[in-house]
Amino acid sequence: MKLAAGASAAAASGFVLSDFLKNLSRTYAASPNSERNPRKWVMVIDLARCNGCKKCTEWCVTEHKVPPAWGNPSYNGYQEWIAVVQTSNDPKNAALFRPTPCMNCMNAPCVKVCPVGATYYNDEGLVVTDIARCIGTRFCMAACPYDRRYFNWGEPPHTPDEQFINYTPDFPVLHRKGTVEKCNWCAHRVRMGRLPACVEACRDEGMNAIFFGDASEDVITNGEEVSSLSEILAARGGYRFQEELGTEPSLYYLPPTGK
Amino acid sequence: MKESTSIPKLLQPLANYSKAYYAFVGFLLGVIGLGAYAYSTQLQNGLVVTGMRNNVLWGLYITNFVFFIGISHVGALMSAILRLSGAEWRKPITRMAEAITACSLAVGALMPIVDLGRPDRILNILLYGRIQSPILWDFISIGTYLVGSLVFLLLPLIPDIAMLRDRLSGVSSLRQRIYRTLSFGWRDTPYQQDRLEKAIGVMTILIIPIAISVHTVVSWIFAMTLRVGWNSSIFGPYFVAGALLSGVASVILAMAFFRHFYRLEDYLTPKHFRNLANLMLAMIIVYIYFVLNEFLTPAYKWETAEGQLLGALFTGEFSALFMAAQVGGLVVPAILLSLRRTRNILGYSIASMFVVVGIWIKRFVIIVPTLARSQIAEFWATYQPSWVEWSITAAAFAGFILLYTVFSRVFPIVSVWETAGIGEVPSETASPTTISGFGFTASQASSVQIGSVSGEDL
Repeated sequence: MKLAAGASAAAASGFVLSDFLKNLSRTYAASPNSERNPRKWVMVIDLARCNGCKKCTEWCVTEHKVPPAWGNPSYNGYQEWIAVVQTSNDPKNAALFRPTPCMNCMNAPCVKVCPVGATYYNDEGLVVTDIARCIGTRFCMAACPYDRRYFNWGEPPHTPDEQFINYTPDFPVLHRKGTVEKCNWCAHRVRMGRLPACVEACRDEGMNAIFFGDASEDVITNGEEVSSLSEILAARGGYRFQEELGTEPSLYYLPPTGK
Repeated sequence: MKESTSIPKLLQPLANYSKAYYAFVGFLLGVIGLGAYAYSTQLQNGLVVTGMRNNVLWGLYITNFVFFIGISHVGALMSAILRLSGAEWRKPITRMAEAITACSLAVGALMPIVDLGRPDRILNILLYGRIQSPILWDFISIGTYLVGSLVFLLLPLIPDIAMLRDRLSGVSSLRQRIYRTLSFGWRDTPYQQDRLEKAIGVMTILIIPIAISVHTVVSWIFAMTLRVGWNSSIFGPYFVAGALLSGVASVILAMAFFRHFYRLEDYLTPKHFRNLANLMLAMIIVYIYFVLNEFLTPAYKWETAEGQLLGALFTGEFSALFMAAQVGGLVVPAILLSLRRTRNILGYSIASMFVVVGIWIKRFVIIVPTLARSQIAEFWATYQPSWVEWSITAAAFAGFILLYTVFSRVFPIVSVWETAGIGEVPSETASPTTISGFGFTASQASSVQIGSVSGEDL
């Protein structure tokens, strides 16, 4: 316990230097393409395909070693970084569901209000949380109009294997009490060219409802098919959740037409 | 010295500590101890020991924070504005108000730290602070106000402390040292008097915008979010008005307390109570106007999300608290302050009690229902404060009362030099070079006061 507190303190104090070095190396390592064409990651969720199985939430919990929720709402007692919300129980229609991960807003209220810059856009434009710096005011949670942030009310349980994981804000393990976390679109996977865990979970179930891609290249994929973002949004009438708030989400929903 | 017989009443509480006083302090320390134990369990286990959860992520601590910062506004209102306007009747009560400011700020500023998930990382605010965050605005404005109000409290204390240094023999060496240090070598020379009056004049002007900015910024913590019920442009002046109202009420309570227990009937006359009661009634009416603005405009339109929140407030799970805040905190005291039969010190005190409790509930009703009724109906939640939160809340109130009581036992709670001649043997008995009103008589003092001095200087 004492050791871990020391480690997190060291991570907090050494942050500036390590970040500087990381960025320095990245400048040389980045490909010419990424310089010319900065990433603009988007997610598209086809509500017509979602059957509410919550496999995405399950894979997410496993992937991120998601801490307990200490109350509701929860998935088997864990925080729902991607919550599958039932949006209709009208008996005349099929049940409708809305998988709700972080919206990755481009005008993110959570990023604006953080007093210490513990939540920010990483170099690929993903909103990530630095739980080694977070002081736990929970202002970002109050600011998020989608309630997509979770606080570690107590100390999360730990497993021996996670002690070997190298902490980065892209993959915030070890989880610690008193800090705020959220879905970060699997920033660690995306950096390696892999799809987020929820996308793979949905493909694994054969639903293929979640697409991930790059808006600057106008390409999205669910792991099975590759589509044009602009075409699919135009064809299906894609929209963003509570767009009127002006938060500029990077997540698009395709309405459940024909379901 | 002769004066020791002419001003005994104000200095009595500083010299003789009764058993009841020690018992009272012991009781307060016990409550604070309980709060300290509660906080230690919270440090050990995390905020899981509170009733806060997703999505009601703020609760009693932030309620207390807003409440105590609100109470603190009375120093600026009562002292600074009355000083500026040259209202002579203010003299016996300004220090009470200024001391409330300092004590409640000290307690209120602790509350967000108690609320922090990682208090061990509090220095990150200095290391990585982002000025774009309203929390930084709070940090800066409350820090400024705390320093400013301490200076504002201390400046008019200096002549009194010098008097205590010279006259109060037989107190502990620690207190003698405090008096010696804090009197800053005051010898009541004309040069020092001039300097002090100028300094008080400057602080009187400065403290008003600082105080208003503090509670405006506190309200912006809420108003800068997109949440229903908080997403409002009225919050700044609305919070300032509520703050002033609760501050006046707390001064009336403090006056009633000191008048009774310190036997200050000569200084705190029914006229003081009447003036403050009228001020409080005016503030209640202003606040009712704000409440009308806050609720009638969304209620008329009943937009979906707003309607869900208003439904919970008007008739739903928060209706009892909501009504307690509006009726108990505003209507009942307004009636008490208006009826001839209750226009006396007891009636004013009861009305003030209603206001203080009502404003605290009002703070709760502003903070919690909005979080409980999130914009996304699937994430609606409830909130039940735990014993840890209640204990720390009780400790916060006990801490405030303790600071205030101890202050009144170490320093005269009524300014001696400013009230020389009131209710006592007139100041002819005092030698002209001593502290009694800088050697002015009461009638002279009224013409040469801070109001007129600052008028020339600023």
